[in-house]
Amino acid sequence: MSEHSTYTPGNSVEKWLDDRLPVVRFAKEHLMDFPTPKNLNYWWTFGAILVMCLGIQIVTGIILAMHYTPNIAMAFDSVEHIRRDVNGGRIIQAVHAVGASMFFVALYIHMFRGLYYGSYKAPREIIWILGVLIFILTVATAFMGYILPWGQMSFWGATVISNIFSAIPVVGENIKQLVLGGFAVGNPTLNRFFSLHYLLPFVIAAIVGLHIWALHVPGNNNPIGVEVKESRDTVAFHPYYTMKDLFAMVVFMIPFAWFVFFAPDILGHPDNYIMANSQVTPAHIVPEWYLLPFYTILRAIDFNVLFIDSKLGGVIAMGGALVMLLVLPWLDTSKVRSGSFRPMFKWFYWLFAINFVALTYLGAQPAEGIYTVLAKVCTAYYFIYFLVVLPVLSRIETPKPLPTSISESVLGKAHA
Amino acid sequence: MATQAEHSSTNRRDFLYVATGAVGAVGAAAVVWPLINQLNPDASTLALASIEFDVAAIPEGQSVTITWRGLPVFVRHRTAAEIEEARAVPLADLKDPQTDEERVKEGHEQWLVMIANCTHLGCIPVGEAGEFDGWFCPCHGSHYDSAGRIRRGPAPANLVVPPYEFVSDTLIQIG
Repeated sequence: MSEHSTYTPGNSVEKWLDDRLPVVRFAKEHLMDFPTPKNLNYWWTFGAILVMCLGIQIVTGIILAMHYTPNIAMAFDSVEHIRRDVNGGRIIQAVHAVGASMFFVALYIHMFRGLYYGSYKAPREIIWILGVLIFILTVATAFMGYILPWGQMSFWGATVISNIFSAIPVVGENIKQLVLGGFAVGNPTLNRFFSLHYLLPFVIAAIVGLHIWALHVPGNNNPIGVEVKESRDTVAFHPYYTMKDLFAMVVFMIPFAWFVFFAPDILGHPDNYIMANSQVTPAHIVPEWYLLPFYTILRAIDFNVLFIDSKLGGVIAMGGALVMLLVLPWLDTSKVRSGSFRPMFKWFYWLFAINFVALTYLGAQPAEGIYTVLAKVCTAYYFIYFLVVLPVLSRIETPKPLPTSISESVLGKAHA
Repeated sequence: MATQAEHSSTNRRDFLYVATGAVGAVGAAAVVWPLINQLNPDASTLALASIEFDVAAIPEGQSVTITWRGLPVFVRHRTAAEIEEARAVPLADLKDPQTDEERVKEGHEQWLVMIANCTHLGCIPVGEAGEFDGWFCPCHGSHYDSAGRIRRGPAPANLVVPPYEFVSDTLIQIG
């Protein structure tokens, strides 16, 4: 899928432009004529949906910043001002807040798609790693955005997460103060988080550019995981996938709009409608739902391991959960990409998916009784999946026979 | 002479190249440092001087939370039973071994002054709760005893006793 110029300038103006800045040629080759496997299913539409989500967050975010005040005395009121007084503000604010959740819905589906179909395997390791970086940056951006309304959950979420830095031996406390700009979360913290919350989406957009660039070198993976062999295995990106993606976007917007119009606060937490108070911790601190799996892993480690105390241990486990994703391409060495042709992998994969949902559920439960036990079990499986199951399956599993080509799998053997 | 210099593995040009690069790196670091250092607590934050607080108004068995350097601080008037309980604990049972005497001022054993942030991730523990008649942090389930020492849960250390002293019989100065 290397360079294959299909563009001929239509008139003298296009010719003039093409000789100086071949932007039309670039768009034609990469957005229209790009050869795309013809068997992509709807799980492949989430890339485009994510681009839409990022666009929605940036546009609504820029608007919100025009009415928001990043000062601890005024931030909480300014968000209420946006919701009550600004023209259309209640919808724009809701789109931004609900948009963050929908962004993560799409992000997790996109990642689980990659996990099932082996999209992280050679030659797509860099695409996958850039994707993990995008995920980490999106988590950071969403976290800082949640601080801005300056409610109780904003404040205490920031307190809990910034204390993670203090787990670092020796310099931890200094790093924490550097991050917060004080001894506790305060006005300097709010100001810098606002600045970074505005900056990071553009950094994410740049990495998305690299992610797509890296994708356009080997081209898309596909549901059978067999590489494109000839031109009849592919169709042009436009109109076949532009239309399919567009349709998926419209469908995706239905629940999105339902939340915005009918339940804009249901994904949030009532405590965040109480202004931040440094003297009172809410009885039950929960991060936003999309951070819960990692939050569960953080607090599952409540015991010391050798010289590592429980606090540092929790931080290492949470960081390790992300590191697992980064090194995944070298843990799963099975030559077969698609989970559809891996009879044993399938079971462990779905167990992993259920386990991830369980981690999410446990993160919202109080840290006591049976929940702490289950949190340890689920955390253990998360790591076992990456460190034991995938490397071992790569050795012992006998995959099902693969179709010889995409065309054969689509048309059946009779036509091949 | 010239031939020898050309053949030697490091010549004057290499030296100048490395030296220039090193000076440039030092210069770049000198420019970057203030850009990072501005994130550190500023003068107005650091200027929050020591505070004084009169503990006389706290009845036995009750506590108050005051603010020092933006951090909440517990001041608890302990009951005799709580002190006795804290002193009866063998040090071997403690995750962060410290005697009760080390956590209070001599002659003022009933007063326990501690920064009110859980040493795990900074939540404010709930008083008179948990399984050790002390504090319980609802965030991640750390239990502290009646001397504010960690007994169970993910927190690594005892609640921090800030630097303070009794200026008079009932007046404490923190910081």
